Amino acid sequence: MKIAIASGKGGTGKTTLSTNLAAFLAEREEVVLVDLDVEEPNSAIFFNRSPEHDEIIYKQIPRWEESKCTLCGICSKVCNFHAIIQLGPSIVVFPELCHSCYACSELCPEGALPMVPKRTGRLAEFQTGNLHFVEGRLDIGEEQAVPAIAKAKKYASQKFGGAVTTIYDSPPGTSCPVIEAVKDADFVILVTEPTPFGLHDLKLAVETVRTLGMPFGVVINRHGIGNDDVEAYCRDEEIPVLAKIPNSRQVAELYSSGKLIYKEIPELRNTLQEIADTCFAAVKGGVR
Amino acid sequence: MKEIVVISGKGGTGKTSVTASFARLAGEEVVVADCDVDAADMHLLLSPDFDFSEEFYSGEVSVIDQSNCIQCGICANACQFAAISFARGIYRIDPISCEGCGYCARVCPTGTIINKPRLSGKWYISNIRTGSLMVHAKLDIGADNSGKLVAKVKNEAKELALEERKAYVLVDGPPGVGCPVVSSLSGANFVVLVTEPTLSGVHDLKRVYELVKKFRLKAGCIINKADLNPEQSDAIRKFLEEENIPHLADLPYDEDFSRAITQGTTIVEYNEGHLKRLLAESWEKIKKLTN
Repeated sequence: MKIAIASGKGGTGKTTLSTNLAAFLAEREEVVLVDLDVEEPNSAIFFNRSPEHDEIIYKQIPRWEESKCTLCGICSKVCNFHAIIQLGPSIVVFPELCHSCYACSELCPEGALPMVPKRTGRLAEFQTGNLHFVEGRLDIGEEQAVPAIAKAKKYASQKFGGAVTTIYDSPPGTSCPVIEAVKDADFVILVTEPTPFGLHDLKLAVETVRTLGMPFGVVINRHGIGNDDVEAYCRDEEIPVLAKIPNSRQVAELYSSGKLIYKEIPELRNTLQEIADTCFAAVKGGVR
Repeated sequence: MKEIVVISGKGGTGKTSVTASFARLAGEEVVVADCDVDAADMHLLLSPDFDFSEEFYSGEVSVIDQSNCIQCGICANACQFAAISFARGIYRIDPISCEGCGYCARVCPTGTIINKPRLSGKWYISNIRTGSLMVHAKLDIGADNSGKLVAKVKNEAKELALEERKAYVLVDGPPGVGCPVVSSLSGANFVVLVTEPTLSGVHDLKRVYELVKKFRLKAGCIINKADLNPEQSDAIRKFLEEENIPHLADLPYDEDFSRAITQGTTIVEYNEGHLKRLLAESWEKIKKLTN
C-alpha cells in the first residue's frame, strides 16, 4: 500500500501529516517514509537521525568523444531541448538542459556520444524502530527534480517491496515533479487549509489526481481559520474529507521545533487512525 | 527599472501575502508578476480583470497517427520515459509522461509519429485595484515547462514596466530551489527572502540562499511568525549576520494573515496598525537596498 501525501499549495502541512502518520503507524508495523520533496526535503528533521546509508543520485547525459566525432551535426539536430550544440570544431553539452532521452547518443552514427552519469543529488536512508526513512535531495543549482524523485522511489520499492506500507511526502505544485511523485501510489491524500489560497490550489491538485485517475481524499489542516468554502467544495464534488486537524498555535510551535505533534496532543492519534483506516478501506474496496 | 523577487524555499511562509502587501503599498510604481505559476494565488488578493490573455505553447508532444502504424514497437523501445504503451492492438503515447524529446518520431520507420506544439498553459495581463498592472499565468496540469512559463511572465512584466515607465517589477516567486526558482531569479536586482522560525523554514532558507549566492544576488530577509519560536528566530538572525544579509523585519505570528486572505485583501489593508507599519518600513528598506 502506497499513500502519497500532496497539495497544490506549499506549507499546508504535507510534511506534518507524512511524518506523524508514518511514526504513528510504525508503532505497530513496518512503515517506509520517502521524502520526495527533493528541492526542500524536511521530513528527516522530525526524526533527528543521521543517515545510515547514503549514495549519489545521477542522471544520464551524453559525453562527447572527440576522437570518434565527424562533426556530422546529427546530435544537435535531434535534440529538442537545445542541450547539445556544435561550436566551431567541438560539440558542447549543457547538462542542465538535458532530459536524458538518449536520442543524440543512440542516433550518433559514430558512437561518439556515450551516456555517462552526472551527479544531481543525494539519497539518504536510516531506520528508527519500525520506520524506514528514505530521502532524495537535489543538489543546489540543479534544476530538474524528476531524476532525484524517480531514484528515491526506485530505491525504496526495490529495498522494501510493495507489501510494506509506504508514505510519499510529495513536492508542492501540480507540474512534472508532483506527477512523478504520486503516479504509482494506491491512494493520494491532498492536504489543504480552509482559506481561498488553500481552496484555489486544492482545486488544481484535484484536477491533477483526477487526470491521473487516482483515488484520493482531503485532509483539512488548520481547521477553524478562514471559512467553510473548502468543505462546501468537497461536499459538492463528493470528495471524502478524511480528517480535520484543528488550527492551533501549539501545533505550529511543536512543528517549529521539529516535534511530532501526536505525541504531545494524544487526541490526534484517533485522527491519524481514521485517516489510515479510510486509506486502507478505499484501496481494498476500490472506492474512489 | 529594477526587479525585486520574493522567494522562500519552503512553501507557506507568507510570500504571497507579503508580496501583495508591497504591491498595495507601492501602488502605481510597480508592475506585479506572479511567477508561482504552479499554484498562482496572487490574483485572489489584487482583483485582476484578466484584460489580456494568450495561450502558452512550450515544447512538443508526440502523437501516433494510427492509420500508418505497423505496430513494430520501435518507438516504445526508444522512449526513456515509459510514455508509449501497447494495449488492445495499438500503441499509444501518454501525453503526461511524454517529455517531447521527439526521439520516437525520429526512429519510426513509417514516419507515422508527429510532434505537435504542447499547450502548457495561459498567461494574462490584468489591471489590478492598486492602480497598476499584473502579469500572471496558469500552468496546465502536469505540464513540464513551468520554468519557461515563469520566464515568459517575468519578461512580459519587464517589458510592460519599461513601456509604462514603472520603477519596479515585483515578482512573487515559486517555492523550492529547482528550475522555476532559477528561472524567477535570473536578472533580479534584489531578492527578498521570506522565512519562518521553524526547523524546516531555517533548513530551506539556507538551501535557497546558497542558490541566491550562486547567482551573486543582493538579498534581504523577513522573518514571518517571528515569535512562534524565539530560539529558531535567533538561529535565523545569526545566519543573516554571518552571511551579511540585511534583516528587513520581524513579523509576528498573527492570524490576520489568514483573515486578510479570507477577505480577499492584503494585510496592509486588513490591519492598518502594526502589521502595515512593519511592512511599509520593510518596503522602504527594500527600495533603498535595490537602488
